[in-house]
Amino acid sequence: MLDDFMTRAALAGIGTGLAAAPLGCFVVWRRMAYFGDATAHAAILGVALSLAFSLPVFAGAMIVALIMATIVSTISGRGYAMDTLLGVMAHSALAFGLVGVTFIPGVRIDLMAYLFGDILSVSRGDLAVIWGGAALVIALIGWRWNALLTSTLNEGLARAAGIDPKREQLVLTLALAVVVAVAIKVVGVLLITALLIIPAATVRPFAATPERMGLMAALVAMVSAWAGLRASYEFDTPTGPTIVCVTALLFCLSTAMAGLRRAA
Amino acid sequence: MTVMSTPLVATRNLTVRYGAATVLHDVDLYVNAGEIVTIVGPNGSGKSTLLTAILGGVALAGGTIERAPDLRIGYVPQRLVLDPTLPMNVERFLSLPRRVPAAKAREALERAGVPEIGKRQMSALSGGQFQRALLARAILEEPDLLILDEATAGLDQPGAAAFYRRIEEVRSETGCGVLMISHDLHVVMSTSDRVICLNGHVCCEGTPEVVANAPDYRRLFGEGTRGALALYRHTHDHSHTHDHAQDAAE
Repeated sequence: MLDDFMTRAALAGIGTGLAAAPLGCFVVWRRMAYFGDATAHAAILGVALSLAFSLPVFAGAMIVALIMATIVSTISGRGYAMDTLLGVMAHSALAFGLVGVTFIPGVRIDLMAYLFGDILSVSRGDLAVIWGGAALVIALIGWRWNALLTSTLNEGLARAAGIDPKREQLVLTLALAVVVAVAIKVVGVLLITALLIIPAATVRPFAATPERMGLMAALVAMVSAWAGLRASYEFDTPTGPTIVCVTALLFCLSTAMAGLRRAA
Repeated sequence: MTVMSTPLVATRNLTVRYGAATVLHDVDLYVNAGEIVTIVGPNGSGKSTLLTAILGGVALAGGTIERAPDLRIGYVPQRLVLDPTLPMNVERFLSLPRRVPAAKAREALERAGVPEIGKRQMSALSGGQFQRALLARAILEEPDLLILDEATAGLDQPGAAAFYRRIEEVRSETGCGVLMISHDLHVVMSTSDRVICLNGHVCCEGTPEVVANAPDYRRLFGEGTRGALALYRHTHDHSHTHDHAQDAAE
């Protein structure tokens, strides 16, 4: 079954969506969208370093994403103008990564594959990494779910209950780095944040509890991955962006439905 | 209430600095079981910082905080900003971070005076209901110590008075200690066992009557009103120096 590239692509997309969507809920609730961008963009620097040192791209991307996420979350506690700083870091990391790639001798790499993903070339090995990473992220988020929610609501509430908000922030940072590394192959560094945020935003009007929002977001992400893949095959369009387009259309649909429901 | 018993929480020479600014220095404070202790003080006097330090969220520049072994703390924050993207009904909120049985959640809502709001979204509650939902969650775990940070900010006077009556009832039902910050001075005067007047350090403390008549307190909160209608203006005419940072303490 895994011999078919379309099957492998579908499994890769579904696995990524499954991990990204519940994490994406926290990114939305904690207003970390730019944080996600900075982490994802830094990963291109990781790709450059991996190629230079002949490391697996997953590993390099994850390490650099982790370093970036740690730097950003350390700064975020200090009350600087966060959006400006994050904007500086997100785009600098991307630019340095793009420049860095050109210094690698002898290798002509297809940058587009890392910027926008190359889901149709997912190998069995990639699939193992993607599903392994997804399982890790889901286990991590599931294990810390209540502690994460409590410290998202209010740090004082968390501390009073014996939860260290800094440690929970670290859990999210780690999960984000894994998702970034896993999603590069699927949607590329430029569109990873879309995979985190849009499914969560799509289901928000229909969720009464955080749990339902997480589950529904995962469902939307998986459906988008599958439908985007089919559509890109049908219309011969780039797959990663097509997946994001499908998610965006679902978001529009859900917003319209929520508007109609309010009006009724 | 026995003053001699081991306190639930006690700070000794507690000192907190934010950068170069000393926000709190040499604060000695204790709360016993069954006792309501209220912290009053002008804006920027370090009240919230003190509570955060007691909760363990601030690095101390000096001094110690001792907690009774296995102390259970219930905390009601000043303001809980619920991001509009986060769906949260009251029942779910009560089960954070530990899931509680529905019957227990209902009972806590009853004790907080809002039995009917379990199914409603937190964002759809009125200010008073919201604060009571926070209170219900705080008392759910049967805390030994209830900490409230200006829990009535944003409530009108009857609302605040009713809220504090609820706190008193919870105290007498459960025997927990209560440590709170309040701006509603005359409510404070009627419900507190002890009042601590804070302005970077403990200016004065004692029963409400003692504090209301203390010169330090009256310098901070105005003479003519005997503190009942406090003006939150920090008067700089008194003898000791304060180098706390207004911004840092907020």
